[in-house]
Amino acid sequence: MGAVAHETHHGHDHHEENFVSKYIFSQDHKMIGKQFLITAIFMGLIAMMLSIFFRIQLAWPGESSDILNVFLGDRWAPNGVLNESMYLGLVTIHGTIMVFFVLTGGLSGTFSNLLIPLQIGARDMASGFLNMLSFWLFAMSSLVMVSSLFVESGPAMAGWTIYPPLSALPQAVSGSGLGMTLWLISMTLFIASSLIGSLNYIVTILNLRTKGMSMTRLPLTIWAFFVTAVLGVLSFPVLLSASLLLLMDRSMGTSFYLSEIIVGGEMLDNVGGSPILYQHLFWFLGHPEVYIVLLPALGLSSEIIATNSRKPIFGYRAMIGSILAIGFLSFIVWGHHMFVTGMSPFLGSVFVFTTLLIAIPSAVKVFNYLTTLWKGTIVFTPAMLFAIGLVSTFITGGVTGIILADSALDIAVHDTYFVVAHFHIVMGMSAIFGMFAGIYHWFPKMYGRMMNMRLGYVHFWITIVGAYGVFFPMHFVGLAGAPRRYYDYSVYESFNMDSYNMMMDLNVIITVFAIIAAFGQIAFLFNFFYSIFRGQKAPMNPWNSNTLEWTTPVEHIHGNWPGEIPEVHRWPYDYSKPGAEEDFIPQTVPVKEGEEEH
Amino acid sequence: MAGHASKQIDGKTLWGGKISPFSASYGKLMMWFFLVSDALTFGGLLVAYGYARYSYQGMWPIGEETFEALPLLGNGYPLAYVALMTFILIISSVTMVLAVEAGHRMDKKGVVKWMLWTIIGGFFFLGSQAWEWGHFIHGTEFGKVKLSDGSSAIVKGEFGHIESFEVITPGAHSPAQGELITNENIHKSEKDLMHAFQHAAVTGNLSGTSATDLIITLHDGTVAKVNRKADENLELLIKEAGTKYAVSLPSDVSTRVAGDEAEALYYEALTQGKVIYGANLSENEYGPSQYGQFFFFITGFHGFHVFSGVIINIIIFFGVLKGIYHARGHYEMVEKTGLYWHFVDLVWVFVFTFFYLI
Repeated sequence: MGAVAHETHHGHDHHEENFVSKYIFSQDHKMIGKQFLITAIFMGLIAMMLSIFFRIQLAWPGESSDILNVFLGDRWAPNGVLNESMYLGLVTIHGTIMVFFVLTGGLSGTFSNLLIPLQIGARDMASGFLNMLSFWLFAMSSLVMVSSLFVESGPAMAGWTIYPPLSALPQAVSGSGLGMTLWLISMTLFIASSLIGSLNYIVTILNLRTKGMSMTRLPLTIWAFFVTAVLGVLSFPVLLSASLLLLMDRSMGTSFYLSEIIVGGEMLDNVGGSPILYQHLFWFLGHPEVYIVLLPALGLSSEIIATNSRKPIFGYRAMIGSILAIGFLSFIVWGHHMFVTGMSPFLGSVFVFTTLLIAIPSAVKVFNYLTTLWKGTIVFTPAMLFAIGLVSTFITGGVTGIILADSALDIAVHDTYFVVAHFHIVMGMSAIFGMFAGIYHWFPKMYGRMMNMRLGYVHFWITIVGAYGVFFPMHFVGLAGAPRRYYDYSVYESFNMDSYNMMMDLNVIITVFAIIAAFGQIAFLFNFFYSIFRGQKAPMNPWNSNTLEWTTPVEHIHGNWPGEIPEVHRWPYDYSKPGAEEDFIPQTVPVKEGEEEH
Repeated sequence: MAGHASKQIDGKTLWGGKISPFSASYGKLMMWFFLVSDALTFGGLLVAYGYARYSYQGMWPIGEETFEALPLLGNGYPLAYVALMTFILIISSVTMVLAVEAGHRMDKKGVVKWMLWTIIGGFFFLGSQAWEWGHFIHGTEFGKVKLSDGSSAIVKGEFGHIESFEVITPGAHSPAQGELITNENIHKSEKDLMHAFQHAAVTGNLSGTSATDLIITLHDGTVAKVNRKADENLELLIKEAGTKYAVSLPSDVSTRVAGDEAEALYYEALTQGKVIYGANLSENEYGPSQYGQFFFFITGFHGFHVFSGVIINIIIFFGVLKGIYHARGHYEMVEKTGLYWHFVDLVWVFVFTFFYLI
């Protein structure tokens, strides 16, 4: 790897790279991208295991399970029965890790780092040092979050949204103590990492594009990463404000979020605060966060669907417009998470309106995916299957989104499994499918080897069947009236027998599918790690793609291109252009005389 | 750095790659986006303050009354000191601009001089803020007297010569719960019921002292369930199944006592009630506890920004002294720290407005 780099890359001091500077404290964006990916895979595995543990409890409440006892020990699963507090800890950490560490840090961190410099034609990120810092803050933050699972009093137990008072009073539940403190420390590190990373992505995209790479010649992946980074820069600071005030309430005796409250029969001193204030601040971050998770996945699949349909993406400018529109609208819809907080119905109706508006750009995107696929010469690579899977889950989850956007309907199903089903499909599944699509598609670029296609297909079908099997029945559990974050429904007599029985039966089905889907990931893990070392050697441009990253040598070099940076002459979607010799024309090919640019 | 700003470039070339579209280096651009981000952190905090302030039903402290002291000169100068420190901070922004301008001219001496003034201005502000905090924490001579029945008192005068003792009994400020009945629909159809209620109230069947435990016994002996809705005029609307009543709630009642009687009352309060002096993170003498908490947190968070700004300025100052930027051929580092410094000043304008002026 290194030898070619030294003679070619300029602008930096030449230095021999040792193991530490190459694999650990690397400032090369490609290596940092891979570091993010491996960390995210590790975190994802933990979060998935946690979900299996609480699914076992939900399907067979109170029954002894050796698995739980083996993993959680006598402290949290005495006799193999999950402890009630730990149940809350598991759902909290599962949600936190999945949302922030896998789908924010993992997805955006991996692919923004890998693809931004490669696709815009830059030698590296604007600041390699800050990029490295961003990863190591992320790694530290992950470490702190995972370590909170091993604290004696348990991890944070207030749900991933950490609403006060559970999160604000150290005496509220066992996880509200040290576990919650570690959660806040971890998130502070995470916010710093995200801020530094996002700043780097934004300025790199604006300032470091190669000659000819105008904003309307950028691949849609880059547009998605750009808007994602802007959303991160604008929304995470508000979470920081919210967490700082929470920290004050926890340790300095203030009452920003606390009002007259009795814990364990003892009246606390706090007066005048408002827990609703926290919810407003949190969801001002929380809703853009949904799109921080989703947009990169949509960007990746735009690229993959166009390449593998051998057709230009349908409505390129409409896609950019809808990414921007989604980004803007995501900041004015947060109230739809709070319809039941006693919000004025008029204000509620405003949030209903803005929320329903998001359906328009989302529908534009779906329409454009479908029309890109329409009459295309579709190549069903595993990446393509996952990208199509994303389109499917985006529709399925989007449809229930319209129900939840409407306050009149939302109030009926608020905080039930209906909501859980909705966001797991539209945000969880879609984003993770986008991430898998990205991994299968760009694996050759990351490691210079191909992943095994057959294992890829096995992985895809188990995952999509398993995931739909998990989340589709959840809608009915929600409609039957099951609230989320309940440890055991059997103790509540107010469920009527029929809906209760249906709910319990469905819970068993859901858990079985969850276990199947979890085992399906073994196919991926094996494929991924095996292919890093033993995969078939990748050609330079395995998918006959137009974008710039496939013009770089297979062996990574620091600085990406030997010699000059390529100049760009056309947009990235010239697939099957009439009159062209091949069905793809890379962006570096000059426009011929008489040839029309798209 | 500023070289190609004057060159004529058409839009297509400008956004077509290989050129910085904002004529700014990546570092400067990064600083701008960081400031946008930080602005949202402060935005979140100030909005939270606004939320707490406007959802509070009683009186919120007034800046002129809370902050009226000058060092050495004592009380009676409303907002004078904070005006001075704000002025100094804004002047330090001007000196920062002059430092940047000197940098453009590659005038090292000028940069050194103006940076130094900026740093001095920053230190003055920090010192002033420390003094303000100290004053805020210690509070006034008499503090706020909290009486055992939940009411509070304002004491005026000096020790040994108490001028007045004003007891304030809180009115019904509680926010709304329950069904909303507007004035209109009462006036239209339920005048008679209102009359009946007033009759009930006058003849002594209205019991309970605050809005939270107001019980109305009607002339037929039934007890009305009370749902409260306090509007701007502190009007209370109540409802029993099938019937609706309306009544005006008392706002804060204040009773002022002067002379010897006031003195006696004060010392009695001292022994039996509780006196809060100044402010801490859980309560304060000026107003609701959230007032002090937000004051400390937001001015503190801003002060921390000023402090880090001063530190960064000092680091850059030594860089300038050593001639690092002169050798580089441009003083962009000074410009970048300047951006941060202006931002910190700008934020103070908002903090000042929200905590002192309105």
